[in-house]
Amino acid sequence: MAAVATETPFHVLAVDDSLPDRKLIERLLKTSSFQVTTVDSGSKALEFLGIHHDSSTPISVQEDQLIYNQEVAVNLIITDYCMPGMTGYDLLKKIKESSSLRDIPVVIMSSENIPSRINRCLEEGADEFFLKPVRLSDMSKLKPHILKSRCKEHYNQQSDGKIDESSSTPTNSSSSSSSSSDNSNSRKRKAEGDAEILPKANRSRHS
Amino acid sequence: MDYSNLRRQAASMKKSLFDQGYLDEQFCQVEDLQDEASPNFAEEVITLFFKDSARLISNIEQALEKYPKDFNKWDAYMQQLKGSCSSIGASRMKSECMSFREFCGQGNVEGCMKSFQKVKREHGVLRQKLEAYFQLLRQAGPAGAATRPGM
Repeated sequence: MAAVATETPFHVLAVDDSLPDRKLIERLLKTSSFQVTTVDSGSKALEFLGIHHDSSTPISVQEDQLIYNQEVAVNLIITDYCMPGMTGYDLLKKIKESSSLRDIPVVIMSSENIPSRINRCLEEGADEFFLKPVRLSDMSKLKPHILKSRCKEHYNQQSDGKIDESSSTPTNSSSSSSSSSDNSNSRKRKAEGDAEILPKANRSRHS
Repeated sequence: MDYSNLRRQAASMKKSLFDQGYLDEQFCQVEDLQDEASPNFAEEVITLFFKDSARLISNIEQALEKYPKDFNKWDAYMQQLKGSCSSIGASRMKSECMSFREFCGQGNVEGCMKSFQKVKREHGVLRQKLEAYFQLLRQAGPAGAATRPGM
C-alpha cells in the first residue's frame, strides 16, 4: 500500500433512543471529522460491538456479519444515559465487563444534571460526562480520550510481552492514525475462536 | 424576486422568536451545524423534533388517562419531551415541560393537567412559527440559510 497521506478518521459509536438527538450527535461528530455509526439502543450497540448480552446463547453470528464486525473498529462510544430497557449506565457496565471492549473510552450524555448520577458513571469507568444539549465545543474533548486509551493499550501490550520492545518507541502513543488499519491497538473483533462470551450477569454488583 | 428582502424577513422573524423567548441559543447551535454539504440540516432536525415530540405528547396524553396519579410515569415521559425541547432550543416549551414536572413532584393532578395543556399549546405555536420561518428561508434561496439573528 502506498504511503497514506491522510489519517483514517476515528470511529465513534453513538447511542441514543431519541431520533432528533441522534441526528444532532451524528452531525456534531461528522463535523468534527469522526466517522460515525448511530444506534438507538444499548442492546443494538452491544450487537454492533459484537457482544450479545443474552449470555445463554453463544455468539453465533453469520459469517458475513462477523467479518463486518471484524472490519469495524470503534474508537469511542458516546451514549445517552436515559434510554428505555438498557440505560447508558447499563451499557457502560457491559462494556467494562468485556475484556475486548473495556478499553474503549465511553462518554455518557444526559439532559439531567444529577451529581450522584455523574459520579456513578465516572466510578464505573466512564471517561467523560456531557450535559445535553451537547455542543460542537464538546467534541474536542473526545480525541484525547481516544489517544489516551490507545497509549494505555500499547503499554499494556508491551508489558505483556506482545510487542517486541526493541522495535517500539515511547512516542508511538501520539499516533498519527495512518497505521490504524493494521495497528493491533485498534479495537478489531477477533476471529470467532476468540470471540467474547459474557459470563452470566449475576454478579453481586450494585446497580 | 427580492431575495435579500426575504432573507431580511426571515432574519427578523427569527429575531422575534428569540425576543419572545420561543427559542434560545441552542437553536443557533443547530443552525450553525449547517454547511454547503448539509444546507437543510436545521430544518431536518426540527422536522424530526416535531414528529418525535408529537409522539411523546400523545404518550403523555394516554398516560394521564390510563395511569391516574402515576406521577413517576408522567414525569418520566415528560422528561423525554423536555430533553428534546432542550436539544433544539425550544425554550418556552421546555419551561412548560419543567412546570409539569414540578407539579408531578408535588403530586398536583390539576396542576399537571393545566400545565400539559400549555405544553401542547406551546408545541402547536412553535410548530406554526418554525414552519413559516423555514418556508421563508426556502423561498429566500440557499444563501438565506443560517443567519444569526443579530443577538
